[in-house]
Amino acid sequence: MSNEYRAVGKSFPKVDGHKLVTGAPAFTDDFHLPGMLWGKILASPHAHARIRHIDSRKAKALPGVHAVLTYKDVPRVPHTTAGQAWPEPSPYDTYLLDSKVRFVGDRVAAVAAESRAIAEEALRLIEVDYEILPAVLDMEQAMTGASVIHDEPDSKNIYDAGHNVAGYILREIGNVEEGFREADYIFEREYRTQRQQHCSLEPHISICWLDADGRLVIRSSTQVPYHCRRQVAQILQLPISRVHVIKPRIGGGFGGKQEMLLEDICGALALASRRPVKIEYTREEEFYMARSRHPQILRMKMGVKRDGTIVASQMKVLAGTGAYGSHATTVQGNTGSKVLPLYRAPHMLFECHVVYTNAPVAGAFRGYGCPQGYFAQETLVDEIATELGIDPMEFRRKNAIRLGDVDRLSAQLGEGREGLARVIRSCGLPECLERGATAIGWQQKRKQRFDRHEAVKRGVGMACAMQGSGIAGVDWASAFLKMNEDGSFFLQVGASDVGGGADTVLSQIAAETLGVTLDKIVITSGDTDTTPFDVGAYASSTTIISGGAVKKAAQKVRAQIMALAARMLEAPVESLVCAENRISAPGKSISMGDLALHAMYKEKVQIMEGASHFNTDSPPPFCATFAEVAVDTQTGRVQVLHLATAVDLGTAINPMYAEGQVEGAVTQGLGLALTEELLLDGDGRPVNPNFRDYKIFTAKDMPTLSTILVETEEPLGPYGAKSVSEVPINGVAPAIANAIFHAVGVRIRKLPIRPEDVLRALCEEQKEELAAV
Amino acid sequence: MKQMELRLNVNGETKTWTISPGDLLLDVLRREGYFGVKRGCEKGECGTCTVLLNGRPVNSCLLFAAHVEGQELLTVEGLAAGETLDPLQEAFLEHGAVQCGFCTGGALLSAKALLDRRANPSETEIREALAGHYCRCTGYQKPVEAVLAVARKRKPKIIPEEAA
Repeated sequence: MSNEYRAVGKSFPKVDGHKLVTGAPAFTDDFHLPGMLWGKILASPHAHARIRHIDSRKAKALPGVHAVLTYKDVPRVPHTTAGQAWPEPSPYDTYLLDSKVRFVGDRVAAVAAESRAIAEEALRLIEVDYEILPAVLDMEQAMTGASVIHDEPDSKNIYDAGHNVAGYILREIGNVEEGFREADYIFEREYRTQRQQHCSLEPHISICWLDADGRLVIRSSTQVPYHCRRQVAQILQLPISRVHVIKPRIGGGFGGKQEMLLEDICGALALASRRPVKIEYTREEEFYMARSRHPQILRMKMGVKRDGTIVASQMKVLAGTGAYGSHATTVQGNTGSKVLPLYRAPHMLFECHVVYTNAPVAGAFRGYGCPQGYFAQETLVDEIATELGIDPMEFRRKNAIRLGDVDRLSAQLGEGREGLARVIRSCGLPECLERGATAIGWQQKRKQRFDRHEAVKRGVGMACAMQGSGIAGVDWASAFLKMNEDGSFFLQVGASDVGGGADTVLSQIAAETLGVTLDKIVITSGDTDTTPFDVGAYASSTTIISGGAVKKAAQKVRAQIMALAARMLEAPVESLVCAENRISAPGKSISMGDLALHAMYKEKVQIMEGASHFNTDSPPPFCATFAEVAVDTQTGRVQVLHLATAVDLGTAINPMYAEGQVEGAVTQGLGLALTEELLLDGDGRPVNPNFRDYKIFTAKDMPTLSTILVETEEPLGPYGAKSVSEVPINGVAPAIANAIFHAVGVRIRKLPIRPEDVLRALCEEQKEELAAV
Repeated sequence: MKQMELRLNVNGETKTWTISPGDLLLDVLRREGYFGVKRGCEKGECGTCTVLLNGRPVNSCLLFAAHVEGQELLTVEGLAAGETLDPLQEAFLEHGAVQCGFCTGGALLSAKALLDRRANPSETEIREALAGHYCRCTGYQKPVEAVLAVARKRKPKIIPEEAA
């Protein structure tokens, strides 16, 4: 399919790769501004407290301190930090600085000083008298409303502040009760997932200064420069035109930087000190003062017929958003809308309470609610298949959504509002299942029985998943292209490459459409002064939405080029062929460079065009994940030996980087499944905010990875592309949990699956077996 | 605070810098414009600040700058020979081993130290050498493949007997 293309479907190295392998100054922190100050935030030591009295005079008097801000010094503007399209569906429950603190790590004050040491000393000199309030960390307890976390009157769009409910969702297709009555069997289980942290290697960082015109410039590690500009302007009460956000190279985001997190306070310090200010989270701060994945308790119920047909599917979720409701309803909405419709049950119900607790704040994280939902659904489906004696893969094949189906739940459950129905216009799930199964040796390994007396037992398990490609009817992007007199092109996009290769993929789409080689495209991305609007890098939207805008803009520019070429070559437009930087008519041709010179200096015309793009549907990529594990029955240790992931991503614009997205996603999925959890003590203090105690996978912990790209042709995507970055994370944990069951016969329904959990389950099983004897 | 003079060799160039005795090597290198040396955790856990000290990988966030007096440092900026990239840099690009690039400099240096020591390392040895470099983007597959590719190319050629 992709063979007819010259730029699309090819594994080009990253267009920004050279500067990254040579260590050139490309990231936010990689430049010095004269007179730049260090900003530091005074973090709350208490999970819930009111500031009775705060005195910053001593800090201000410290030599080298240029600004100290408390809630008394800044405007009070309720807002959300969630980097979402306006109007954000997240509650406006956050303040630049407040007289109340709601989690350990919440902002109390901020300083800007001439050195880090002085800034840290200044923080120590701020005197705070706290009235400590009862902290609530348990989600179920939070809903009793015994301690109200958001009792301020000016927050907006909180579902039920008195009971700490940030958001509530209830949606039904058909009638689940009726469905359960029709069912021959009903299965109901509870699953729990944890607080996972993004662990971008580059912590959050912002540098703010006032330019020569007095405009606030924000150089920041963000996935959402345009949302960030709008939100900072709102919070600091500046006209949007007085704010300039620059996104340089970003050291990983994964959703953690879909958040206006430091830009507001850093900007406030720059305005107060009239000096450039840098704030960078330390690794420890990053763990609990940035964002994390929402922990959830999921109660999943399915009704099935004797032959394995699912008739009713119900998911009830209790999710913790921590102290603020950033992405609260939207992440959790996805837990239902992108998970339940994978199986074509006529009756579906999704209900969710998202509650505030005095814990660090949750937010967007790769998968955006789906990894939690799929852990529950794909484990339950495995349990059902096992009970019914059906091969789990066959059970899924039988029930899975397919080409031409309409997902009606998505119509009810959009981005914090009514959504749009999803029509499946491309579906490679059957091929994903087939090729993934072959890679892992499914047929043969499922049949293997291991010696009961072996201490280490092996098993294989699998899971399916889908996601979306952009938010239907919400996400949009634009692109601008102009031609230079050497036949090269400047491509300007608001899209935010955060490391995954978006700049490369978008350049490939432009090159393909224009008929030029990739080296002729010079891309600038993510600068609110020089590039047109884009919602930013999230919701698996960049390739399909930003790529759609690039393709449109390039088509318009190509039309201008062809019209001019037709005149210059004295040949009809229809006879022209454009490839490899030349436009050819039968018997004659002209180079892009000569054409551009002619356009600029003879015709005095700048060849340029812009275009905007959005979709009213969000085509799902599909994924099948297969895991082979070895479980040590004496220690409970689970070792993943092989992880095979087959992803239907539409067309792979850059197969090498598409594989990279899959491999990166499954590695985060391995951590989610087995090792990662940000733990809090009884007072809400983080227990393990460092890489020694919070364990992410290293090169030597990895299983064998098999990555299979299953290409389909998506009508709504540029050159048939859908998305790839999120969907592969969803199936890892359930595939591993199911493989553990296959190996040792115990079900683990809580993440992460620690050795002690496996061992405990094995002991309980043994006790039951003994009791039965 | 008292200042002191630090003499050292960085990427083949002799440098004399004024530092404070308590300055960390990471901070001094970044202050002097070696931005390829990254600040990822400041606890010696993530590997993004790795430099080669006399050919051996070290976490520059754990060393006092004063400690490297008179010694030889290699940072990622010194890996290429002018415009010619090191084979490892080429391989990282060709194999898609670079995503965000924040861990790349450190990982390249540890790979270089390994290949300088062992002409033909196994995949296990490569994974061991990269284990000190957290990468949240790639899943390590492509970085390992890139290092393996360079190692394979470096394999001493077997010279046929008649030619020898």
